[in-house]
Amino acid sequence: MPNSQRIALVVLIALIAIGPFFFFPVFLMKVLCFALYASAFNLLLGYVGLLSFGHAAYFGMGSYLSAHAAKVWGLTPELAILTGGLTSMALGAAFGFLAIRRQGIYFAMITLALAQMVYFFCVQAPFTGGEDGIQAVPRGYLFGVLDLRSDFTLYWVVAAIVLACFLFLYRIVHSPFGQVLKAIRDNEPRATSLGYRTDSYKLIAFVLSATIAGIAGGTKAIVFQIATLTDVNWPMSGEAVLMTLVGGIGTMFGPATGALVIVTMQNELAEFGAWVTVIQGAIFVACVLAFRRGIIGELQAKLRKPL
Amino acid sequence: MTELWYDLEPFLQQGTLGLVNGAFYALLSLGLAVIFGMLNVINFAHGAQFMLGAVVAWMLLTYAGIGYWGALLLSPLIVGLLGVVIERTMISRLYKLDHLYGLLLTFGLALIIEGLVRNQYGVSGLPYGVPDAFRMPPVDLGYMLMPAYRFWIVVVSITVCLGTWYAIEKTKLGSYLRAAVERPQLVQAFGVNVPLMMTATYGTGVALAAFAGVLAAPVYSVHPGMGANFIIIVFAVVVIGGMGSIMGSVVSGYALGMIEGFTRVYYPEASATVVFVIMAIVLLVRPAGLFGRA
Repeated sequence: MPNSQRIALVVLIALIAIGPFFFFPVFLMKVLCFALYASAFNLLLGYVGLLSFGHAAYFGMGSYLSAHAAKVWGLTPELAILTGGLTSMALGAAFGFLAIRRQGIYFAMITLALAQMVYFFCVQAPFTGGEDGIQAVPRGYLFGVLDLRSDFTLYWVVAAIVLACFLFLYRIVHSPFGQVLKAIRDNEPRATSLGYRTDSYKLIAFVLSATIAGIAGGTKAIVFQIATLTDVNWPMSGEAVLMTLVGGIGTMFGPATGALVIVTMQNELAEFGAWVTVIQGAIFVACVLAFRRGIIGELQAKLRKPL
Repeated sequence: MTELWYDLEPFLQQGTLGLVNGAFYALLSLGLAVIFGMLNVINFAHGAQFMLGAVVAWMLLTYAGIGYWGALLLSPLIVGLLGVVIERTMISRLYKLDHLYGLLLTFGLALIIEGLVRNQYGVSGLPYGVPDAFRMPPVDLGYMLMPAYRFWIVVVSITVCLGTWYAIEKTKLGSYLRAAVERPQLVQAFGVNVPLMMTATYGTGVALAAFAGVLAAPVYSVHPGMGANFIIIVFAVVVIGGMGSIMGSVVSGYALGMIEGFTRVYYPEASATVVFVIMAIVLLVRPAGLFGRA
């Protein structure tokens, strides 16, 4: 790990450690869940160059299945979240297999359309509770022993899950496998001519990204004790794109930074209703036109060190 | 024979009604294909501009007393001009970049348009009545009675689609356009103003979306989410048809609308998802799309 990233990681852990003494743990847990969601999305966009416009499907199904597992099956929270992650993994395998057949904007449209199919499924399927969603999901006892009803206790568990997944993503990106992913992003024909089966690499990256997005959704369901159609609808896919764009596409710490910015903004502006949508749209436009590197990307360029 | 007819009747009825949805799919995917062909940009704001067309028609009626026929002309003009401004000030800056940025930019624009309309008029529908000219008995098709306005939608949509196809494939201007798609620099060297053509193309595509919006206003309630519902299905239609050919996108639009209708007869639960299922199958069998060039 280069020094710059080591320092950034220390800063991140320090912020996570002191955060709950200054801010509401529930707010911070929301930031953490979205940071993980956006980081999972960034694995595809930033390191394979695939823009998925359908990550809400994996986030939402993770959320629904975790909520269902915790509430109806009575599983402990870690198993519930695992259930959500595995569901998204299966879904990601199926959808990834279809979507990687096309590239560029077609890939974006296909992932969006497949995700909308999941949304319609969730509207009709009885287990999702339709418009009401799955409410009053029990937070339960971690490993059957640690009571998670206290926000403070839950915070440390969520922080541990998110950090572990984040480090896992870091490991993927910086492994030989990750190097091949970046080679595919930069020049797919060349990667093919070097003998790599680029489709398998893309599919594995897709599945990993979907799985972690599912874990993020599942954790969110346990934190807020609810899974709804909002988690699986297309604006949720847009959130991942927006957070990553704001923070910096293809940077390790960018999506988390973007998640912090966007979730804070949503919290501050919650009373203004649809203006939040308008402002998010304006941020999209501004970022694309004038700020394509994002916050961490700009910082990275200034320091000339990877972040 | 009568028994067969008995089975066939609901099939034909739903198929014909599906043609109404298909008319909108065709108009919207046509606009998307025209814009994509020339600008290489997927216009994510297409759904929002469709919705805006309907809202502007409602505004013209409510604030200026301009009725359906006026709106059918004015609303596409107004929204199309907005499109021209958007292309000149924003999209034109992105041509040298990765195509994905165009998608992200127009997605942002869609959010802005939808959010603004939602702020102003809320999420519930704005009423827009069927124009007086169509308050007549339904059209008798033999196997069903079709409301006159819906019949009109199908007729107009087919006319506009054929007209656009003709303009692009058979006229001189269209030949410039097709040439500019293939070799923009060369066409520019011959003295054709390619940037202007791109602006005009985007404006026309957006105007087509708004035109479809005005057509839709009397049958679907006018509300901020109406565009998003349509555009994602239209994306699937475009993936199925492939954006390489204008005719391909139009034909797939109608066909999928009808298939949606048939599904409503036999398995209503799947009618919302059938288009996506077909998209998945097409991707397995013919990844480039039915009419696409790989």
